[in-house]
Amino acid sequence: MSASVQTLVNQPYKYGFVTDIETVKIPKGLNEEVVRLISAKKEEPEFMLDFRLKAYRKWLTMAEPDWAALGYPEIDYQDIVYYSAPKAQEKKQSLDEVDPALLETFEKLGLPLSEQKRLTNVAVDAVFDSVSIATTFRADLLKHGVVFCSISEAVKEYPELVQKYLGSVVPVGDNYFSALNAAVFSDGSFVYIPKGVKCPMELSTYFRINSADTGQFERTLIIAEDDSQVSYLEGCTAPMFDTNQLHAAVVELVALENADIKYSTVQNWYAGDENGVGGIYNFVTKRGLCKGKNSKISWTQVETGSAITWKYPGCVLVGDNSVGEFYSVALTNNCQEADTGTKMVHVGKNTRSTIISKGISAGRSSNSYRGLVKIGPNAEGARNYSQCDSMLIGDNAAANTFPYIQVQNPGAKVEHEASTSKIGEDQLFYLMQRGISMEDAVSMMISGFCKDVFNQLPMEFAVEADKLLSLKLEGAVG
Amino acid sequence: MGSSEVILSVKGLTASINGTPILKGVDLEVKAGEIHAIMGRNGSGKSTLSKVLAGHPAYEVTGGEVLFHGEDLLELEPEERARKGVFLAFQYPLEIPGVSNLDFLRASYNARRKEQGLEEVDAFDFDDVVEEKLDVVKMDAAFLNRSVNEGFSGGEKKRNEILQMALLEPSLGILDETDSGLDIDALRTVSEGVNQVANENNAMVLITHYQRLLDYIKPGFVHVMYDGRIIKTGGKELALELEEKGYDWIDEKLAAGVA
Repeated sequence: MSASVQTLVNQPYKYGFVTDIETVKIPKGLNEEVVRLISAKKEEPEFMLDFRLKAYRKWLTMAEPDWAALGYPEIDYQDIVYYSAPKAQEKKQSLDEVDPALLETFEKLGLPLSEQKRLTNVAVDAVFDSVSIATTFRADLLKHGVVFCSISEAVKEYPELVQKYLGSVVPVGDNYFSALNAAVFSDGSFVYIPKGVKCPMELSTYFRINSADTGQFERTLIIAEDDSQVSYLEGCTAPMFDTNQLHAAVVELVALENADIKYSTVQNWYAGDENGVGGIYNFVTKRGLCKGKNSKISWTQVETGSAITWKYPGCVLVGDNSVGEFYSVALTNNCQEADTGTKMVHVGKNTRSTIISKGISAGRSSNSYRGLVKIGPNAEGARNYSQCDSMLIGDNAAANTFPYIQVQNPGAKVEHEASTSKIGEDQLFYLMQRGISMEDAVSMMISGFCKDVFNQLPMEFAVEADKLLSLKLEGAVG
Repeated sequence: MGSSEVILSVKGLTASINGTPILKGVDLEVKAGEIHAIMGRNGSGKSTLSKVLAGHPAYEVTGGEVLFHGEDLLELEPEERARKGVFLAFQYPLEIPGVSNLDFLRASYNARRKEQGLEEVDAFDFDDVVEEKLDVVKMDAAFLNRSVNEGFSGGEKKRNEILQMALLEPSLGILDETDSGLDIDALRTVSEGVNQVANENNAMVLITHYQRLLDYIKPGFVHVMYDGRIIKTGGKELALELEEKGYDWIDEKLAAGVA
C-alpha cells in the first residue's frame, strides 16, 4: 500500500507560475553600500538608516546557527539580490494605477484586490517581491483609528511609532537571520490598533516571491494599545524554480494592557520538487510581547511549504496574568525539512501559556518540534501546558521532538505531553472497507489529527487550510 | 431455497501473506437468505478468508476465483467491494482518533448510496437515519459524537460494527469473530442486531471458534476450516458435534483419511 500513499501526497503545486513583469533590481551581493542604497531607494529617515547599519554591522560579527535538525547547502549571501521591485512603481493613489499584471497575479492566487471583487471582510496588504503593491480597506479602517499599511509607508507617516517599537521585541542582534532582516528588509505590513478599539475586520498580508534570485525580507509590526483587539492572517506562495530562494522575515507583536492579538499563518511557499530540487529556505523570527497586564497573544500556524523551515513564533509574557498561545500544524513531504516550534518566556506573575503542536511527516521528509518553556524567578503561579503530537505517513519520514523546559520558580506548573502515531495500513483498510476512498480516508484522519489547531483559525481560512493539507498529501498514503 | 440467487461463489481460492500460503483452495457458495458459519482452530485460515474477501492489501491472492453477484470480486478495490455491498465486521475494530463516529458513518453511508444511484444524505437528514438504527444495537446516541472506536470497550466496538452493518444494509455480511471478547449480555445484543439485519435478500457468514454464538444466530450451514481449506460442511448439528468432541476429532478423522 505504501506506494499508493506516496502517490497520494504528491500533488502538483498550483501557485508555481511566474509573473512576467519588468522589475528594478539592484545588483547581487551585500555590503554597507547595498544597505544604504535600499534605505535611499525607500527615502527613509535617518533613524531607519542607523537601524539598518547597526544591524548590518552586528550581522557581520555573527555566525549562521547550526543547531537545528536541518541539512542544507551553505547559503551564499553574496549571490542574492536584496531589492527587487516592479518597475513603474510611482506611489499608487488607487488600485487603478497598479500594474494590471500584478492585479492579475493576485487574482490567480485567489486574492482579488480590485474594489468590486475583493474579500468582503478581510483587508489585504499585498507584497510582491520586495514591495507592498496595494492595501485594501485602508481608508475604511482609518475611520476606526486602525492603521493598516505597508511598513515603508508607516516609516514615513508614523515615524514615532515605528521608531518606538521597531526592534523592541526582536532586537537587531537577536539572531543571525533577524540581524540580516533588520539590515535589508524591504517591506512588510504595519498595524496599529488604538486604545479600546476592536478591529472591525480581519487583516491579512499576502506575500508573493516572484524573482528567482531575489531574497525576500519582510518585516511586520503590530501594535495593540490598551483594551484593543485584532486578528491578522498572513499567506505566502512562490513560483517553482530549481534554485532556492531565501526568505528571512521578522514579525514583532506588541500587546499592551488587556490587548488581544491573534496572528495566523498559512505558509505555502514552494517546497521544491520530489527530489528536493528548488524551494524556499524559510528562516523566520516571530515574537510577541505581552507587555501589559492581562494581555494575550495567540499564534496559529499551518506550515505546509518551503524546502527548509526554521521558525519559532514565541511570546514573552511580561504583563501579569498575560496569556501566550501557540497552535501549529507543520506538514512535510518529499525532501522537506522543518525545525519549528515556539518559545514561551514567562516573566510576570500568573502568566499562562498553551502549546499545541501537530507535526505530519510524509515521504522522506523530516519534521522536528523544538520548543522552549522558560519560567523566570518572579513568575509566581505561572502555568504551561504543552502537547506535541507527531504523525508519520509511510516508512521513510522522520519526526523529532525537542522540548526545553527551564523553571526558575518553584510555584510554577509545567505539563508536557507528546505522542507519535502512524497512519496505519489497517486504519486505512478499515475506512476503505466502509466504502471510503483512500484519499478521503487520509484526509479524514489528517483533519481529525489537526482539529485542535484548525479550530483556532479564522473561519474562512480553516476550510482553506484543511483543503491545503489534503492537496499537499495527495499521493502520500497507500 | 434452492432457486435463490447466488451472492458469493468462491472456487479454489488460494492466498498467501509475505509468501506464506494460508488459503489452500477454498470452495464456498452462499445464496441469498442464507446464514453460514465457518468454524476452525486458530490459524486454520478463517480470518484470512474474511480479509481476502474484503480486499486487505497485505494478502496476495495466488489462485482461484471469487464471484460476487456474478462479478469478479478480486478485480475490485476494497472500497468498491464495500460500496457494492460486501461488509466485514472486524474482529478488532480500529480506533480513528479525531474523526467523529457520526462523520465517519455518514461518509460511509453516502459512499454506499452513491454506488446504488441514490442521493447523498446531508448531516441533518442523516441524524434521523442513524437514530433509527441505534435501536438495532441498543447504542446510546452519545457514541456518535465520540471519535471512531476511540476508548470504546470491546463490547461497544462490536456494537458499533453491527450499527455500521445495519446502516449500510450489505448484501453480504462477514462477521469475523464478532463474539470474541463479549460477555453474555453483549453477545445477545449483538446477535439480535445481526438477526435484525439478516433477511431473505442478503447473506451472512459468521466466523467463530465457538458454538455459543450459534445459540443466538442460527446458521443453515456450518463449515469446518482446516489448514486453509473447508474440509467439512454440515448443518447446525455439526457445530454441536465440534463443541462436544473438539477439533482433535477432526485431526483424528483426517489421519484416518475419512474427513
